[in-house]
Amino acid sequence: MTTTSSTLPLPASFALDRRIQRPLVILLALAAPLVALAMGKSWVRVLDFALLYVLLAIGLNLVVGFAGLLDLGYIAFYAVGAYTWAFLASPHFGIHLPFWIVLPLGAAFAALAGIALGFPTLRLRGDYLAIVTLGFGEIIRIFMNNLNQPINITNGPQGIDSIDPLTIAGLDLSRDLDLFGFQISSLLLYYYAFLACVVFAIILVRRLQISRIGRAWAAIRDDELAAKAIGIDTRMMKLLAFALGATFGGVSGGLFAAFQGFVSPESFSLMESIVVLTMIVLGGMGNLAGVVVGAIMLTALPELLRHFAVPMQMALFGKTLLDPEVLRMLLLSLAMIVMMLVRPAGLLPARTRYAHRDRRNA
Amino acid sequence: METFLQQTLNGLVSGSIYALVALGYTMVYGILGLINFAHGDLLMVGALVALQTVTLLNAAVPGLHPVILLLAGVAVAVPVCMAVGYLIERIGYRRLRNAPRLAPLITAIGVSFLLQTLAMIIWGREFHVFPQLVSTTPMEPMAGVVVSPLQIFTIVVAFALMGGLMLLVNKSRLGRAMRATAENHRVAGLMGINANGVIAATFIIGSGLAALAGVLFASNYAIAHYAMGFTPGLKAFTAAVLGGIGNLPGAMVGGLVLGLVESFGAGYIEHLTFGFLNSSYQDIFAFVILGAVLIFRPSGLLGERVADRA
Amino acid sequence: MITLLESRAVNKRFGGLKALTDVSLTIRKGEVYGLIGPNGAGKTTFFNVLTGAYAIDGGEFVMNGSELPSAKPHLVVQHGIARTFQNIRLFRELTALENVMAGHHIRSSAGVWGILTQSRAAREEERLMQERALEILDYVGIGRHADTVARNLSYGDQRRLEIARALATEPQLLALDEPAAGMNATETAGLRTLVETIRKDGITVLLIEHDVKLIMGLCDRVAVLDFGKKIAEGTPAEVQRDPDVIRAYLGGHRAH
Repeated sequence: MTTTSSTLPLPASFALDRRIQRPLVILLALAAPLVALAMGKSWVRVLDFALLYVLLAIGLNLVVGFAGLLDLGYIAFYAVGAYTWAFLASPHFGIHLPFWIVLPLGAAFAALAGIALGFPTLRLRGDYLAIVTLGFGEIIRIFMNNLNQPINITNGPQGIDSIDPLTIAGLDLSRDLDLFGFQISSLLLYYYAFLACVVFAIILVRRLQISRIGRAWAAIRDDELAAKAIGIDTRMMKLLAFALGATFGGVSGGLFAAFQGFVSPESFSLMESIVVLTMIVLGGMGNLAGVVVGAIMLTALPELLRHFAVPMQMALFGKTLLDPEVLRMLLLSLAMIVMMLVRPAGLLPARTRYAHRDRRNA
Repeated sequence: METFLQQTLNGLVSGSIYALVALGYTMVYGILGLINFAHGDLLMVGALVALQTVTLLNAAVPGLHPVILLLAGVAVAVPVCMAVGYLIERIGYRRLRNAPRLAPLITAIGVSFLLQTLAMIIWGREFHVFPQLVSTTPMEPMAGVVVSPLQIFTIVVAFALMGGLMLLVNKSRLGRAMRATAENHRVAGLMGINANGVIAATFIIGSGLAALAGVLFASNYAIAHYAMGFTPGLKAFTAAVLGGIGNLPGAMVGGLVLGLVESFGAGYIEHLTFGFLNSSYQDIFAFVILGAVLIFRPSGLLGERVADRA
Repeated sequence: MITLLESRAVNKRFGGLKALTDVSLTIRKGEVYGLIGPNGAGKTTFFNVLTGAYAIDGGEFVMNGSELPSAKPHLVVQHGIARTFQNIRLFRELTALENVMAGHHIRSSAGVWGILTQSRAAREEERLMQERALEILDYVGIGRHADTVARNLSYGDQRRLEIARALATEPQLLALDEPAAGMNATETAGLRTLVETIRKDGITVLLIEHDVKLIMGLCDRVAVLDFGKKIAEGTPAEVQRDPDVIRAYLGGHRAH
C-alpha cells in the first residue's frame, strides 16, 4: 500500500512533460478496459465502478477540496440521484422515462437537497457542518429504509430492482453490442459512457477551479474572514459549492442505478461517504488528478485484496485471518490517519496553478 | 398519564447515558475546539471490554455474584478506555493541534473507523448478548410505571458520575487547570500550567466516562456490537451542542433533554404524523433537534464556552 | 473638500464594556486620515465595526451619502471600502496573482453558466482581470512575485500583497490596520512611499498606526481615540499639542 509513503516528494520522473502526459493518460483510459478484459470480466466491472467513484469524488472534492467544507453525508446526494432514476425508470411505479429526462432530474433534485441542507447550516462553524451533514446522510438512509409503509415509496430495505438500463439513442448499454461481427460487452459500453461523463466532469470542474468562482472558494477555504473582507459573499459561494457538488453526486447516483439495475439503502451507508472522502484525502485534496488516482486506487483495493491478500494469508498462516472487507476498512482508516499526519496534501498535492498555465500560454 | 410517566422514565435512562458521553465531547471541544469523532466508539470499546472481562471471569470462576462481575468488568473497561483515549490524543491529535481545521477532523473520523475495525477483528461482526448483571425484572409498579432496578441503577450511577465530575472540575487543582487551558492554551502555559498534560487528562477523564456509559448502555439494551458506539455517539454530540458546546452542565442538561424528547417523540410520533411515521424514525429526532438548535440557537440552551483558537 | 465617510455617534459594546462611545469623525475625499490612540483605545474595534466584521450597536456610518450596512463585510466592500488586517490575512495557498485576482471578485460578474461554457464574455473578463491584477502587483512593487505562493513571500511583501488585494476591489477608501507593524525601517519607508502614491492616485486612506512618526509624516488629519472616545481631531501638529492627547499618551489618567 502506498498510504504509508514517506514525506519525500515523488520522484521527478513522475512529473512527465505535459505534452506527453495528456495523450498518455487518454490512451491509458481508452485501453484500460481492453487490458482488463483479458484478465476477466470482473475487472472491467471494477473499472466501471471506479469511474463512478471518480465522478463522485470529483463532486465531493469540489466541496471539500476547493471550498474546504467537510461534508460527511455526501453519499445522500448519490442516493437522491439513484432513487430518482429508480422511481422514474423502473417497473416499481411503472414509469419508464428516458435518461435525458431522468438524469437531469436526479441532478436537480440532488442540487435542491444540497441547497436545502446547506442553506441553514453553511453559516455554522465548519466542524458543525461535518456533523450536520453526517446526520443528514443518516436521515436520508432512515427514510429509504422505512418509507415502504404506510405507502410504499422506497420499497424499504429490499430496495428497487429491474431498473431500466442506460439507453442512448436506442442503444441499450446493458446488452452486448454486435458490431460487424465483433461482440462488444455491455461492461465496455458502460465503461466508455462513464469515461465520457468523467472527462466532461473534469473539464467542467477544471473550468470552475480556474475562474473567479474557484478563486472565491479557495479564498474561503484559506481564510473565510479575509474572503468576506474583499467582498465575497461567502454564504452564497459555499451554497454554490454545495449545490454543484451535490449535482455531481446526483448524476453519478443515476448512472449507478442504471448500471447496477438495483438500488437499496445498503449502498448509501455512512461508510460509502467515508470511502469517497478517503479517495480525496489519499489523492490530494483540491487536486483533480490526485482525486482521480485516489478513486481508482480505492475502488480497485477490495478487488486486489480479494485476489492477493487472501491467497497470501493462506500461504503464510494457512487460513484467512482478516477477510478482505475488514482489511479494506483497516487500510482506509489507517490511510486517513496516516495521510493527515504525514502527508496532508495527499499523494499528488494540488500544485497546478492557474497563473503558471495561462501566463505561459499567453 | 401513565404513558407520560413511563416515557419520562425511559427518557431519563437513555438521557443520562447520553449525558455521560456528551461530557466527553464537550470537554474536548471546550479545550481543543475539536469534535472527537472517535469518542462514541470509546463507548463501544468500554462495553466490549467489560463483556470480555465478565465472560472470561465467569468461565474461570463460575458462580460469582453478578455485582462482582459487573465491578470487574468496569474495573478493566475504564482503564482500557482511558489508555485508548490517551493514545488517540497523543498519536492522532497532538501533532495536528495547529494544522488547518480539516486535518484533525479527518484524522478523528479515521480513528473512529480504526477503532470499529479493530473491534470487528477482535470481537467479530456479530451482536453479543450483554449479560443482565443488574436485574431488569420490573419492580412493583409505582403509579402505574414499570421500573426495573437496572433503570434506577443507571440513573443513579450516571448522576453520581456527573456530580463527581463537576466537583473535580470546579474544586480541584486539575479542574482549575482545565478551565484555564480551555480559556487559552498559551496563556495557561505561561501561567505554568502543563497544557499538554491537562489536555491528556481531559481525554482520559472523558474516555473513562465513555467506558462507564458503554457498560450502562450495553446493560440496558442487553447487546454489544462493534458499531454500537456510532448512534449514541452522534446523539451525545447532539446533546452537547444542545446544551451549549464546551459547557459541562449544558452537556448534562442537553443529554437529559434529548433522551426525553426521543422517548416522547417515539411514543407519540404516530399520532403527530397521523400514522405516516412510526417509531422506527426514533433516531431522526436527534438530527432534527441538532438541526433546529444549530439554526435557531447555535450557542445551545446554556450557552457555549469554546476555546479561543485565534 | 468633499466628505467621503462620516461616522455618526458610533457605539460598540462587548457585554458590559463600552469599546466605542459616540465616535464621530469625518474623512474627506483624497486625504490620508490617521487614527491613533494607546493600546486598547478602540482603533481596531472602530475598523471592525466600519468594515462590517462586528455589528454596530448605535450610530451609523455614511459613505458618499448612503448608510453602510452593519455586520455585512461583503456588502461594505461594494460601497467602496477595502481593508487590510493587523495580523496579515492572505490566502496562503494561492499565488500572489491569485490573491489579487480574488480581490477582483466583486468587480467581475461571470456566472456559473458563463464559466462552464467558457463564454467569450467570461474569457475576456478573466483575461482583463489577470492583466489588471498584474498591474496592481507592479504598482505595489511585487510584480516579480506574481507566481509565488503567498505564504512563501517575505513579511514586507505579504503586507504589500494584502494592500494589492484590497486595491483590487477598487475602493474609494483604503483602510489599513497597522500596516507598518513588524516592519523594519527600510520597509516602513517603502510603505510610506506606497501610501503616498495611492493617495496621489485619488484613493482616500484611513490609517491605524502605532508608529507616531509615520502617522505625523503621512497623515493630513488625525483623530485620537482613548477609552473608546474621540479625544481630539485635527492636523498632526494640532493634535500633538493637544493636552488631552498628551495626557492619554503619557498615561496621566490611567493611574488607578
